[in-house]
Amino acid sequence: MVKKLVSAMFIVILTATAALAAPSIRIGALFAVTGPASFLGEPERKTLEMLVKDINSKGGIKGSIVELVVYDTQGDATKAVQLANKLIKNDKVVAIIGPSTTGETMAVIPIAEKEQIPLISCAAGIKITDPVKKWVFKTPANDHVAADKILIHAAKMKQKNLALITVSDSFGASGREQFKALAAKKGFKIVADEVYGPKDTDMTAQLTKIKAAKPDAIVCWGTNPGPALVTRNVKQLAINVPLYQSHGVASKKYIELAGADNAEGVMLPAGKLTVFDKLPAKDPQLKVLKAYDQAYRQEYNVEASTFGGYAYDGFQLIVNAVKTSGATPEAIRNGIEKAKKMVGVSGVFNMSPADHNGLDLSAFEMVKVSRGDWVLIK
Amino acid sequence: MEFAQQLLQYLVSGFSTGAIYALIGLGFAIIYNATGIINFAQGEFVMLGGMLTLFFLNVARFGMIPSIILAILVATLCGVVFNRLAIKPLKKPSPLNLVIITIGGSILMRGLAMLIWDKDTHAVPAFSGSEPLDLAGATILPQHLWIFGITILAIAGNKFFFYYTISGRAMRACSYNSRAASLVGIAVERMVLFSFLLSSALGAVAGIIVAPLTMTSYDVGVMLGLKGFCAAIIGGMSSGIGTVLGGIILGILEALGAGLISSGYKDAIAFIILLLILFVRPQGLFRKAETERV
Repeated sequence: MVKKLVSAMFIVILTATAALAAPSIRIGALFAVTGPASFLGEPERKTLEMLVKDINSKGGIKGSIVELVVYDTQGDATKAVQLANKLIKNDKVVAIIGPSTTGETMAVIPIAEKEQIPLISCAAGIKITDPVKKWVFKTPANDHVAADKILIHAAKMKQKNLALITVSDSFGASGREQFKALAAKKGFKIVADEVYGPKDTDMTAQLTKIKAAKPDAIVCWGTNPGPALVTRNVKQLAINVPLYQSHGVASKKYIELAGADNAEGVMLPAGKLTVFDKLPAKDPQLKVLKAYDQAYRQEYNVEASTFGGYAYDGFQLIVNAVKTSGATPEAIRNGIEKAKKMVGVSGVFNMSPADHNGLDLSAFEMVKVSRGDWVLIK
Repeated sequence: MEFAQQLLQYLVSGFSTGAIYALIGLGFAIIYNATGIINFAQGEFVMLGGMLTLFFLNVARFGMIPSIILAILVATLCGVVFNRLAIKPLKKPSPLNLVIITIGGSILMRGLAMLIWDKDTHAVPAFSGSEPLDLAGATILPQHLWIFGITILAIAGNKFFFYYTISGRAMRACSYNSRAASLVGIAVERMVLFSFLLSSALGAVAGIIVAPLTMTSYDVGVMLGLKGFCAAIIGGMSSGIGTVLGGIILGILEALGAGLISSGYKDAIAFIILLLILFVRPQGLFRKAETERV
């Protein structure tokens, strides 16, 4: 009984003190911090924690302190659904950032729509915002934007016959589908369409088949370490045609894994964060990219990753929306939808009721590996 | 590229991947032959070999050779500790319990490796360059030659050990009938420990020599372990040439499946063959059926 009384008193005191200041804004996050997609979730969580700490040290948003609740989904759609319910019903968050992967996001969307809580996904799948859902946004550019970048460059180099080698997970499958559709529309010919498993250790068989098909260029779509092995195997089999990789490997890690010699000349569409130190001074994103990278290095002692940038942009969208429209879920949703020319890490966002992603081709730069580093392709 | 040349490349690719599976499969076979246990943690020793080498190479800054030796020693020690802490205390070891314990052990080791190191994939330098070698139009890497060499050494060493040394023969005796073996004065427990020591060392060696090709990460042992297990099953769990042929058959089937049929079904083709073998010849392709007297 006494215990109950004491805890009741505590609650009274807590609410009393909270009532003195402006009400805090509670934001939820669902990231795959552990498990197979941890390479996405880990930098996303770190980025968000860093940003929240920073904004609170500056007095919060319009005097309201930001509270962050992060849950680890382990890349599991079932867990993501449970945790999304927990965020909305127990923690009473006003907006959710995440989940990290397309599969989880698709599972969580019905809940966000039903409970009317804005969801800003950090996954790239086109299905998330096409067709547009009222409460759902996403910050990474669509895969087909990256595919488009590659095809525009291939057209410029007069490469007509392309060979495709993709990983057999959701990232590769989505890339393969969109790349093939876009290539067909633009009049390219896909002469080989090969697949490898995410844990495969040797792709020479697939590449031998590709070599026999005599393509003008090879396009590989996957996340590390597969593409690094493909790059090595291309070299081993002496296939002397240009190799394109996807934006999924746009980090120095890829060059390190493939070996600088093997990766020499490989081209890929990269988020601007990867090459921000090589961007022209007039680039609108330069300031944001530099600030993010510096802050991240200072906090965690490693370079910032594009994936963390997805969470960065999600948080900025919410902060902007709170500033312009207010701190209720409804106001945040409307505020995000109205975001125009918001400079983020993944690109410059121009949201509209018909576009809940808001990024275009300028989100990526075509880069090339040269002596173990990236150079911009003009 | 002509078809004959393509085919040759498929065979060479399959052969070299198959040799990796074979080397890992041998580790499974050794423990099985001494104890009757299928050690599903075998893949983790492969992971430990690669990760430890990298650790000694990059963090402790030893040379390549001391790093390799230390990695083998530490991984072997892990195998011994695993046996002492997880297998030995078991009062009534039934096969099912043992399988579950080894699976649990593998999850534990993988988790620890993830916490101690990180979740990233790492490249390991090749032993003798990465300039491809030309074989009548097909290519392999110098690292493949290392794998072939070590695999041959491992078979020869196994053969010698199990047939011509007292300890090896004692271990075989334990696998046939551990009760009878203990009655004639063989320390069964020590033999079991010894088999864990041997197979974890072999697993680590496999992990080290394949790492420059496959790269290494905390979870590299899962798939490699599974493929090694398949190799051992096809070969009838023999600790000699059977498992090696099993691995090579698996590798070549995968390569031919990917090259001639469809790369999307590569693993499916290999595993369907495995199932067929288990249905038709559960004792493996190269072993005479055993009859047990009741």
